[in-house]
Amino acid sequence: MSAGQTSLRFRENAVRALGDETLRAAMRHAADTFGTKRADAFAPLPDVEELRDRASAIREEVLANLPVYVERFAASATRAGATVHRAKDAAAAREIVAGILAERGAKRIVKGKSMVSEEAELNAHLESAGMEVVETDLGEYIIQLEGEPPSHIIVPAIHKNRRQVGSLFAKHLGVPYTEDPQELTKIARKALREKFLAADAGISGANFAAADTGSLVLFTNEGNGRMVTTVPPLHVAILSIEKVIPSLSDLPAFIRLLPRSATGQPITSYVSVITGPRRPGGATGAQELHVVLLDNGRTGILAGESRDILKCIRCGACMNVCPVYRAVGGHSYGWTYPGPMGLILTALLTGMEKSHPVVDASTLCGACEEVCPVRVPLVPLILGLRRRKVREGFADPAERRGMALFSRAAASPALFSLGQRLAGLFWPVARLLGGKDVAGRIPPPAKRPFRRKAP
Amino acid sequence: MKVLLFGTCLVDTFFPGVGEATVRLLRRFGATPVFPKGQTCCGQPAFNAGYEREARTAAAHFLSVFDGDDPIVTPSGSCAAMVKHHYPGLFRDDPKMLEMAERAGERIRELSQFLVHAAKAHEAGLRGRGTITYHSSCHLTRSLGVREEPLLLLSSLKGATFVPMPDAARCCGFGGTFMAKLPEISCALAEEKAASVEATGADTVTGCDSGCLMNISDAMRRRGTPVRVAHLAELLAEGL
Repeated sequence: MSAGQTSLRFRENAVRALGDETLRAAMRHAADTFGTKRADAFAPLPDVEELRDRASAIREEVLANLPVYVERFAASATRAGATVHRAKDAAAAREIVAGILAERGAKRIVKGKSMVSEEAELNAHLESAGMEVVETDLGEYIIQLEGEPPSHIIVPAIHKNRRQVGSLFAKHLGVPYTEDPQELTKIARKALREKFLAADAGISGANFAAADTGSLVLFTNEGNGRMVTTVPPLHVAILSIEKVIPSLSDLPAFIRLLPRSATGQPITSYVSVITGPRRPGGATGAQELHVVLLDNGRTGILAGESRDILKCIRCGACMNVCPVYRAVGGHSYGWTYPGPMGLILTALLTGMEKSHPVVDASTLCGACEEVCPVRVPLVPLILGLRRRKVREGFADPAERRGMALFSRAAASPALFSLGQRLAGLFWPVARLLGGKDVAGRIPPPAKRPFRRKAP
Repeated sequence: MKVLLFGTCLVDTFFPGVGEATVRLLRRFGATPVFPKGQTCCGQPAFNAGYEREARTAAAHFLSVFDGDDPIVTPSGSCAAMVKHHYPGLFRDDPKMLEMAERAGERIRELSQFLVHAAKAHEAGLRGRGTITYHSSCHLTRSLGVREEPLLLLSSLKGATFVPMPDAARCCGFGGTFMAKLPEISCALAEEKAASVEATGADTVTGCDSGCLMNISDAMRRRGTPVRVAHLAELLAEGL
């Protein structure tokens, strides 16, 4: 749960993270592991590029007709017996979910992993209404005990090592300290099993929503997703509108791409397709299913120059390969979504005034684009947001003046040469004052620039 | 063959030796390099920071200075990628400039690209020495798609041993204005790159972009790593 957005302090957050050796070692280990596993998982596939093209085309088709597909999904889901709600913004989503739960007297809530619920800050709202909300994804459970938001969209506790988890469990669950991952998992499973059986309602997200059948699709690994959506009598799913895909028959492309891109698995342990609540006489499913479709600014994004970010299927591959994310971790970005896709969504969903430093949190190296399974043009999107930052007046005034001077010198060889000479004169002073700032890290300008001896 | 040499602002200002090495290489392989004196910077610092108008001013100046039909050669993957991939977008509303931009994009070659494809320099039996590792800079690799050419050149050097670097294509943290805006992160990434260089045991690290090499060199200096940092042009020119 995000306890106040800190994106404006991106640099300070990053500096703190850079000084945290435990975090950095955990990040390096995780990023290397996911990078290798992803590459290994794709290696045997013969037609990866075609598959990416196909998945990209499906997502393009969704964006080209988003309102149509959202309507179609809502109608299909309703026909299948679900109740569909539309939430304009995060506050509306919180009210809708809290209302559904309160109406049925639900007090004990179990939750599957959902970044959209993080975006909507749902947990805090439900807790303030007197409900107990327990995250049941192991990573989410860990950070909920710690009182932290996720630092990765797929691996929320990526920044923690097993010793930290051991201490956390010992402190909060009254168990003897262990750092054995299997033991820790058993401890969590035992604690969570009791919560599942006693729960009045389950809340989940969804990876996709098929417009033709009204089905929700969830990719999960731990079995908790299936428990959350089938054990309690009431299931509330919260998802953002762009999760819709035209047809359930589009799913195979994403089954092949999403787990491979996310965790390097050929497929997740569970792929759940939920179409409506339990049928009369049926053996499985919640008795009542509500679907909350969150817009929260996405319709506006769709109409603007950054619309392509809505193609994103939330696999997290871009953050796994991002050198900046790898160095500073997810919390540095200061809001729900970190890394390349995250900084773009942060700027778009929370507004430039609350987030503008994060649009600079990229070296533009392009590693993200190279792995994106649905070909989101991440670098052009980041560049577009930087232009918007300048246009909307959020750029540093000194930088603005510097760039004005730069463009004059770039158009005037005489001024450019003068700049070179001045740089030579001021370098010794700058070096002394520089430190890690740029002046302390560049070499002295040459006594004679190349132009004076070039042919 | 006459080629227009775009030195780049970094080489011009800080690393004239790279420019001189480029000239010697081009001459050795039968080209006649000409350095248009009016040249300044491709505009990338402004473009990458979101200053489109300022970048357009620099780009328009570049296009007027480098007008014509001769090939343009530059010892920088990043600047070549800027001209090739970003100039057209800057002039999307100006058909005449757009045409010039697209033509410049077709004419420009990064040095290793030119040396391999136009000059077959990797078959010339150039000499080298010591053990050399290579940083695969981001825009060269991912934007321009130049992956094999520098490796072909390096592994052709007689008397030198090429050792690949782990995660050679991971960003060194330079990122142009990124280095100035987020220096702590930039340093951390350069440190990690320096560690990768050290892990190879090579005595020289090379690459095709002076900005990255400058950043890596700074990290080496801080760590006290006794590894030489040299642009690919300098290494190749030494073997002429």
